[in-house]
Amino acid sequence: MGITLFDKIWSAHVVRDLPDGTSLLYIDRHLVHEVTSPQAFEGLRLAGRRIRRPELTFATMDHNVPTTPDRLDIADPVSRAQMEALKANCDEFGIPLYGLGDERQGIVHVIGPELGLTLPGLTIVCGDSHTSTHGAFGALAFGIGTSEVEHVLVTQTLVQRKPGSFRVEFTGRPGPHIFSKDMVLRMIGLIGTAGGTGYVLEYGGEAVRALSMEARMSICNMSIEAGARAGMIAPDETTFDYVAREKRPFAPGEEDFERALSHWRSLPSDDDALYDRTLTIDTAALAPQVTWGTNPGMVIDVDQVIPEPDDLPGYSREDVTKALDYMGLSPGTRLTDVDVDVVFIGSCTNSRIEDLRQAAAVLDGRRKAEHVELLVVPGSEQVRRQAEAEGLDRIFKDAGAQWRFAGCSMCLGMNPDQLRPQQRCASTSNRNFEGRQGKGGRTHLVSPEMAAAAAVAGRFVDIRTWLES
Amino acid sequence: MTPFTKHRGIVATLSRANVDTDAIIPKQFLKSIKRTGYGPNAFFDWRYTADGQPDPKFELNQDRFAGRSILATRNNFGCGSSREHAVWALAQDGYRVIIAPWVERDGKRLPGFADIFRSNTTKNGILAIELPETDVDTIFASVAEHHGLEATVDLTSQQLILHSPEPAVFHFDIETSAKDQLLKGLDGIDLTLAHADAIDRFERDHETWL
Ligand code: SF4
Repeated sequence: MGITLFDKIWSAHVVRDLPDGTSLLYIDRHLVHEVTSPQAFEGLRLAGRRIRRPELTFATMDHNVPTTPDRLDIADPVSRAQMEALKANCDEFGIPLYGLGDERQGIVHVIGPELGLTLPGLTIVCGDSHTSTHGAFGALAFGIGTSEVEHVLVTQTLVQRKPGSFRVEFTGRPGPHIFSKDMVLRMIGLIGTAGGTGYVLEYGGEAVRALSMEARMSICNMSIEAGARAGMIAPDETTFDYVAREKRPFAPGEEDFERALSHWRSLPSDDDALYDRTLTIDTAALAPQVTWGTNPGMVIDVDQVIPEPDDLPGYSREDVTKALDYMGLSPGTRLTDVDVDVVFIGSCTNSRIEDLRQAAAVLDGRRKAEHVELLVVPGSEQVRRQAEAEGLDRIFKDAGAQWRFAGCSMCLGMNPDQLRPQQRCASTSNRNFEGRQGKGGRTHLVSPEMAAAAAVAGRFVDIRTWLES
Repeated sequence: MTPFTKHRGIVATLSRANVDTDAIIPKQFLKSIKRTGYGPNAFFDWRYTADGQPDPKFELNQDRFAGRSILATRNNFGCGSSREHAVWALAQDGYRVIIAPWVERDGKRLPGFADIFRSNTTKNGILAIELPETDVDTIFASVAEHHGLEATVDLTSQQLILHSPEPAVFHFDIETSAKDQLLKGLDGIDLTLAHADAIDRFERDHETWL
């Protein structure tokens, strides 16, 4: 019987199988950010422990950082203390830090691939659930809690029970203006926010093979929104080209590249590999997706109406009513009749250069609606410079957008970028939980094109017909 | 870590599915670099009104739940962000046990707890118990009927006893490793360091490409 990509990486990283059925798994890359690490470093200090492999550990600041030009002057003393703590910890333990002001700073899941830290076949962890993003390279990448961060710092391993395997096949080719964001939102709508719990998802099929690395990262990023431990895509020429491009400082150099490449080519799942579960989604029939509720599984096609509380499989009437109440929406409404106050283009789901190009293509020669606040936040400083080199910042500014510096920004509102109560936001991020973007804020998840169009129209539109009109 | 063997306490109910960790501990409290002080901020946005008073509309604020240490809730509890702060907040707010149902949808078994959350509970001495949906419904109904209803959770025998006039006993499953860690209050890092020689050996010819 054939072996899956996941199985190949798993077995290459088992240090020891333990008697209770769990395994001690070796970790190749440990990414660290300021929010989930301070207590882990403190634990190390209290126990008098050292970091086993500081050279496999890399840190950045992203959640707290302001994104305005005066960002180095952090007004919030608590945020500042957290960033200073990371700096002090990295200095003390000898960990490279891409901190605020560094030209490679950015969202941890954007800079990992940029720096060449994210490679096929690796195990990658971070104290952040969206670590699943890195699976787009054919790596096994997953989020961990702070106790586990400490565990990896000290032992470079984790104790894990092997998850099941779940193949999601995206067949056909999506029509124009349908993106990987729509593919993954549709999948979460189908299986629910716990549908992937206990599994590692492997995405495949014609529609996935045709995607760029940026688009693949958006899909893997949202695996956790389906509850999955990780999401992965088999590496192929698209992957290898991305890794080889732009002199990524930590990617294998010329002398190692051929050897790496032959290893990477051995990783994809064998044709006769079996999975514990499978799901097929036809992308040819896909419409732009918009969430209407308070979790990413509460999603509809842009031209559908918001469901009745009794009509939603998998949810109680009470849950749907609470969600609608929070969102200020009623059943039977079309989202194309709903106004937005804020549009946020950014986050580790959709803040890479390609996402910004897509948004810019819609905004070029257009202007945002008067009442809309439009925020465009690149995922990394490198993306910002690239966008500026291509003149995208001009397009954004001419369209009335605020063009910002890199960070998580309004994805979670831990920094000054936040929604005010009841403000409605079209967002390219990954979570529409209550209060996620700011207390009382109402989030609708969409693709970058759909977000840009909503900014111009002042309400949600069907990008497929709106662009023509 | 304090070992978990047996616990008796008042059961409180929170009837919401998919409670995410953003709801358990909102982001503004994640700026702390400490491991303590999260308790009063658990469920902050639901728990308090705009002027900082306990919101009478929030289920867990009911007087009859005063002193509770066992939380019964709905499926997929703790989804979303990996923040361990959510578990710290629950522990520091006095919870020792959380009960959630696994549910059956389209022939698939969906778990009561999200993965990362569940693993964070074990590391902080909280017992996460998964029961069939009908059992959790029974617990909700009993709690609604009997004010201040208590339960005893015995980890060794893997039993939960609801002290209703007609006591109800539920058996629960738990992974051996989690049970062991909770019972002995073991530190996961110490356990792994016992395999240090295996890690040394593995590292010798493992390629990390750096
Ligand atoms: S952009 Fe959002 S989801 Fe991504 S790491 Fe930052 S806060 Fe988390």
